[in-house]
Amino acid sequence: MSSSAPSTIDAASRALAAGELSATDLASAMLDRIAAVEPTVHALLTVTADRALADAREADRRRGAGESGPLLGIPIVLKDLFATDGIRTTCGSRILEHYVPPYDADAVTRLARAGAVLVGKANMDEFAMGSSNENSAFGPSRNPWDPGRVPGGSSGGSAAAVAAGECLGALGTDTGGSIRLPASYCGVTGLKPTYGRVSRYGVTAYASSLDQVGPFAHTVRDVSVLLGAIAGHDPRDSTSAPQPVPDYVAALTGDVRGLRFGIPAEYFADGIATAVEKSVREAIETLRGLGATVVDVSLPHTSYGIAAYYLIATAEASSNLARYDGVKYGHRAKRGADELLEMYRHTRDEGFGAEVKRRILLGTYALSAGYYDAYYRKAQKVRTLVRNDFRRAFETCDLILTPTSPGTAFRIGEKVADPLAMYLSDVFTVPTNLAGLPGLSVPCGFDEAGLPIGLQLLAPPFEEADLLRAGDAYQRATDFHERRPAEIGAASGGRSEASEQQSA
Amino acid sequence: MPVSLEDVDHIARLARLGLTDEERTALRGELESILGYVEQLAKLDTGGVEPTASMRDDSTPTRPDRTSNDDDAEKLVERAPDRQGTYLRVPKIIEASE
Repeated sequence: MSSSAPSTIDAASRALAAGELSATDLASAMLDRIAAVEPTVHALLTVTADRALADAREADRRRGAGESGPLLGIPIVLKDLFATDGIRTTCGSRILEHYVPPYDADAVTRLARAGAVLVGKANMDEFAMGSSNENSAFGPSRNPWDPGRVPGGSSGGSAAAVAAGECLGALGTDTGGSIRLPASYCGVTGLKPTYGRVSRYGVTAYASSLDQVGPFAHTVRDVSVLLGAIAGHDPRDSTSAPQPVPDYVAALTGDVRGLRFGIPAEYFADGIATAVEKSVREAIETLRGLGATVVDVSLPHTSYGIAAYYLIATAEASSNLARYDGVKYGHRAKRGADELLEMYRHTRDEGFGAEVKRRILLGTYALSAGYYDAYYRKAQKVRTLVRNDFRRAFETCDLILTPTSPGTAFRIGEKVADPLAMYLSDVFTVPTNLAGLPGLSVPCGFDEAGLPIGLQLLAPPFEEADLLRAGDAYQRATDFHERRPAEIGAASGGRSEASEQQSA
Repeated sequence: MPVSLEDVDHIARLARLGLTDEERTALRGELESILGYVEQLAKLDTGGVEPTASMRDDSTPTRPDRTSNDDDAEKLVERAPDRQGTYLRVPKIIEASE
């Protein structure tokens, strides 16, 4: 069934509307697929089989009653930091291993209203801190293109689930690249919307001035459908934006004539893999061939982004994660049961993994007496410089085009011993978050090992429609987003169809 | 920026984070290396640059300050590791915190 089931939201939605397929059939096909590939991919921390079948029956009933809609009956997964009423929500952490929220996140409510079918909760780096998924307390997800490699992080489970065909769409969050990096590594499409575009009510906070919710799917068209469903003001999130939500699907005209793409030299510097640069430069030519204009722009503070990010994000994290204290919910240590401070220390020692501890300590340091001005405040000023770079660049272009990451998916274990090397995977995605801009990653090629390469497009605040129009036009002209990993089975050596095609 | 084990202990205390000896030692070196990397920011002249704390250029929106009794106390408290009725129970608090 899985091989014949539609692999995009658009195709499934048409089949459901035509009555060729029921939501229940589709959900069953996805659950079969999950059972077949999860032992290898481990994209999910919880498979919500009963919920999926109940949601699907409800979608079929609603359709029978005359309802329609692009997400009615569509199977999706949620990164395991979206609160789901009655369904375990771990954030990839031991401290919340058994936590069951009493309410739904706003994005979850909106997807349910649109008729989406929840098939699972996706694996992630603990509290969204990581670039590889290896910081999950429950073991990493594996890249469907090569199970010996990481899917990227922190929303690695969401990206891997889409790439492996376990769902048709997924939600993740992006604080420094956590949607775009895994989208790039897994060969799927991922969007980080403008800061404030999607409500974060019910989404576990990591770094509140940077966090944003966004969708994954195979195509820009599908991502546009998902964004339309989850975007919009929510009075329960004071940072959610009041701007009206345009019809993102209607914006997909296929026409990029006259659209000006800025190419920043700083994103093609030393350290970028040859295959990545080649594919991205080919993408520039593809867009030029479609009638787009290409201009040079400069983002001179790009190289300072990671340093500023790791001070700001960790400072905010040290504050946000203070709530995990063993009192209101989550794990409480048995040790230290007779004294409050000891109970806090043991609870947090037992509950948090190494990267979370590292970031809490770094953030606490950056905020502590005597260091605040030199680190935290300095980083906030550099953030202003990064933001000004983009403002100036967008005076001469409509969109900015870059690689999503300097490289492709690395091997599991390769960067674990060197936190700084891991952080540098995000060098091209972090500046976008510092500036609050929307960013899209679309597949644009494969390297010599058959691993997917991502193209990143950036836009001014709330110009997602332009971003999606450009990404969709690119996908109409290319087929990288249509390639799928080779059949994922036990003891797969990780060879993929694409790698065979590439080497042939 | 050299980081000592005493520095690690100090910030771990501020963060209410227990650490094993092994973690203390590893974290000392890692923090030193990361802080060494972020030192590059000091080279940037940020004189006259305003810090960015929020992405919203307008002020934080306000909403009516209304109370509600929608929340079900039992539903919230039943997730607590230790409780008595609808109270959360914690170990005794001795002296003032350090």
